[in-house]
Amino acid sequence: MPHSVSPDGSQADSQPIKCEPDTQSQDVTMSDAPSPAKAEKTNVNLEDLFDDEDSDPEFSSSVPGVKSEEEPPHPEPIKITSRSSFSDPEIMRAFYQRLFPFRYLFQWLNHSPSPTNDFAHREFAFTLQNDAYLRYQSFPTADLLRKQCIQLLPSRFELGPVYSTNPRDRKTMRKASAFRPLAKELVFDIDMTDYDDIRTCCTGASICHKCWAFITMAIKVVDVALREDFGFKHIMWVYSGRRGAHAWVCDKRAREMDDSKRRAVAGYLELLKGGDQGGKKVNARRPLHPHLERSLNILKEHFQTSILLEQDPWVEEKAAHLLQLLPDQKLKEALQKKWDSSPSRPSALKWSDIDNVAKSGALSKGSKDLLEAKQDIVLEYTYPRLDAEVSKKLNHLLKSPFVVHPGTGRVCVPIDTRKVEEFDPLSVPTVTQLLTEIDEWEGDDRDKQLADWEKTSLKPYIDYFRGFVGRLLKEERGGVKREREETGDAMEF
Amino acid sequence: MIRHDFSRVDSKRRANLDYKKKQFAKPEFKQQDYEYRLNFYILPPTAEITLEQFETWAINRLKVLSELEACSFRNRTPEETAEYMTSILNKYLPLRSNSSRGQNLQEERKKDHYSHFILRLAFSATEDLRRRFSRLETMLFRLRFKDDDLRERREFVSSLKLEWEEVGEDEKREFGSELAAVSGARNEEEQEWFKVDWERVPELVEQRRVFLKRGKAYVMQREQMSLVVAEFTKRLDEALELTAKALPRLDEDDRLAPILAHLSQSFTAPDAAYSSSDAAIDGLSTPTADSIDAVSQHFPLCMQNLHMTLRANSHLKHFGRLQYTLFLKGIGLSLDDCIIFWRRSFKLMADDKFNKEYKYNIRHAYGDVGGDANRRGRGYTPYSCQKLLTEPLPGPGQSHGCPYRAFTQDNLVALLQRTGINDRDLLKTVREDVGKQRYHVACNRVFEHAHKREIKKVKDDGSWSAVDLDTIVHPNTYFKRSWLLKHLGEGNVGMVGGGEKMEE
Repeated sequence: MPHSVSPDGSQADSQPIKCEPDTQSQDVTMSDAPSPAKAEKTNVNLEDLFDDEDSDPEFSSSVPGVKSEEEPPHPEPIKITSRSSFSDPEIMRAFYQRLFPFRYLFQWLNHSPSPTNDFAHREFAFTLQNDAYLRYQSFPTADLLRKQCIQLLPSRFELGPVYSTNPRDRKTMRKASAFRPLAKELVFDIDMTDYDDIRTCCTGASICHKCWAFITMAIKVVDVALREDFGFKHIMWVYSGRRGAHAWVCDKRAREMDDSKRRAVAGYLELLKGGDQGGKKVNARRPLHPHLERSLNILKEHFQTSILLEQDPWVEEKAAHLLQLLPDQKLKEALQKKWDSSPSRPSALKWSDIDNVAKSGALSKGSKDLLEAKQDIVLEYTYPRLDAEVSKKLNHLLKSPFVVHPGTGRVCVPIDTRKVEEFDPLSVPTVTQLLTEIDEWEGDDRDKQLADWEKTSLKPYIDYFRGFVGRLLKEERGGVKREREETGDAMEF
Repeated sequence: MIRHDFSRVDSKRRANLDYKKKQFAKPEFKQQDYEYRLNFYILPPTAEITLEQFETWAINRLKVLSELEACSFRNRTPEETAEYMTSILNKYLPLRSNSSRGQNLQEERKKDHYSHFILRLAFSATEDLRRRFSRLETMLFRLRFKDDDLRERREFVSSLKLEWEEVGEDEKREFGSELAAVSGARNEEEQEWFKVDWERVPELVEQRRVFLKRGKAYVMQREQMSLVVAEFTKRLDEALELTAKALPRLDEDDRLAPILAHLSQSFTAPDAAYSSSDAAIDGLSTPTADSIDAVSQHFPLCMQNLHMTLRANSHLKHFGRLQYTLFLKGIGLSLDDCIIFWRRSFKLMADDKFNKEYKYNIRHAYGDVGGDANRRGRGYTPYSCQKLLTEPLPGPGQSHGCPYRAFTQDNLVALLQRTGINDRDLLKTVREDVGKQRYHVACNRVFEHAHKREIKKVKDDGSWSAVDLDTIVHPNTYFKRSWLLKHLGEGNVGMVGGGEKMEE
């Protein structure tokens, strides 16, 4: 991947460049420290302190006239060199100040316009610049979360469950049981590492368009199962920043599930069993369960293109693995002979060889066994490989949407499932690219007062997120209204 | 104590009092009429029984439950368990159906009812006991439910008044093919289907034994057992929770309390626990990071597999690391040495990455860091065979768990051969054992083969008792016994037994 910069190398490079001692320290008083930008600040008049409703204090804008306490009217353009690391303090500060959609994140987790415990008792966990890990943070409002982010400049942060009491007070509880997790979105984590044994194009942390197809397939299969089978509606898929995707199922019904129900959903969606020595990983019961039947239909086409053509998994000696998965001894021997004579035969031809050789009489048992084995093989190579542990536990933490992946600099943006095929992980904007875009923006915003993120390629993603949150809020509000009406009726007696 | 006259039935003697007056009311007695063989144990017993009955009934039920637990440890199939339990149940806790001509139907059911509630009292005190009791009672209920008379079972189920919606003909037609695929029925036999919120049948959802449509689970009649059993467990768990809360206020003289305490103490599983004496082996100097390679020949296959995988890849995935770390802790490797061991084993990794991402987990397993409870309990206990055999199978790239269970037979044999086991007959029997899912039998068989001569010797000279050579159900026991047998005559004969159980 050309864009990816390994964190180790670049940090080592940029170390001597950092000259400001302040930026390195995690001192809480950091924001009070004098900086050239602060010095520029002219007298703040009263009107600016009480912003009118149109201007959005959360999303700063470099438009003159919108001044707030923290941001200077003209933020100094940050010098982005090819050598600066993505989680450099200066870059992270600008990111949290100008780009991160705190307000929508708040609405998403709060499920209501006014602050509730859904947000206030939610655990946030920060990974700081020095890789210290800060758990059990919580914030009553979006503004305070934002303030803390700007102060600590975490390289990323994760979301945990909503607890029965404020996570910051957990040690003051008289009984340990008074502090327990109540609710969290049902989450899924799909990571490319789980595909390493069948991925031929890249290894380790790198990805390309060919192997992203695995994630696309996984999203399609899991998304439709969650909607059709479990009846969930508010499902958001998020690019994890490097080589995977997360799903956040936000329906109230999903959020309130206990561990046994989460385990049930994960088990329902899990198919591949057995470690590296376990042999055949898919042994589905016949007839196929409707969910598997549907998944197989979705995955069939992908198998032809993404697996057979692009991954070409059975070249040379790797064909042995394919043979191992087939049932018929006589057929295997015939195929072995054929392939030994031309080991470089592409996988697509080898795949069709199976049927051709079988038809020519090298089949001792019925063709049904072979068909089922072939279906199992298709599933083994295409069916989603979930990191199921993440889904099974109510109190598992997962990286928040829209934070920056420290290794690649890419923002963890939502993936629009209606256009999942078009999503390109390599064109997701990096934080440095976004900051450059703000500086280069040359539109006229005198009458509209655009927020900074609206001037960048982050806009479509935040728009999507806003729409998603809007739909979720609408449903939650509807629920509250109905509850109120019901109790209202009861009180009329 | 005066026994109540059971022959007199008085319908007014019911326990439904106004809760406000409850504390002032005199206890009234209700002679319950047991209409069905099965019981959900909703109503507590109210009649009087003698102290002797109290104790013997409870002990009898306890006997049944511990035999059930032993069956699950030995990994018996449901059929084998049912067969094995028949005689035990008949002896200790008979329970006949209405159609049988037994005279004491009511007496039998009363004993079943009362003994359940006595044990409920005894085992509600701690979370651990509650969970175990609920699991075993559920197993017992399932066992009885299965062999119940069909007609009586149907009547019993309908008496429970569970809210299940029946699936109409229209819907059956609409989802015809899907339903057929779920039921697996070849013939187009008419089947009854129920529709419930999927959250009520998580177990069936997990195994994909229901058809799901927009949050509703379509459950076939055949799977009804799962629904009823789930309901049984749910209610029992709630009741246990309530009992636990009420327990401190139990206004009890010193007649029952000692019995209850004694009951809960004897309800331990002697064969699955890790004993701290496993760590202290006479004659074996404390292992260090350097000596692991040398002693690894005494490891059971699960740990040898992890060790070899670690040496081959210079890496292990999370659950493999956890399983291996705990085992090493169990054989007495100190935390510092354990960290050194892992650091050296991950040859390809930078110090920085190791310290950031791996060290904490090792320290956590040793109880060096983490929450208060973790530190006080000195970390996790090494995993038993029971744990390894019941946890989910390893996924792609993972190598933890029990190889007898996780490996295909061919790969298993290859692995055994790599550890130096080449006896044809033995490998063949191992294949048979594994085919019947008797993984720990296979493992013990391999152990006995590898230590044939030594076992014969200690048996002949009588230095080891039968207890010392009982079935191995813990990887650390395997190691200890293997090491001792291979170092006989070095002043450590007969050191397997003894030593106090580690508190769990």
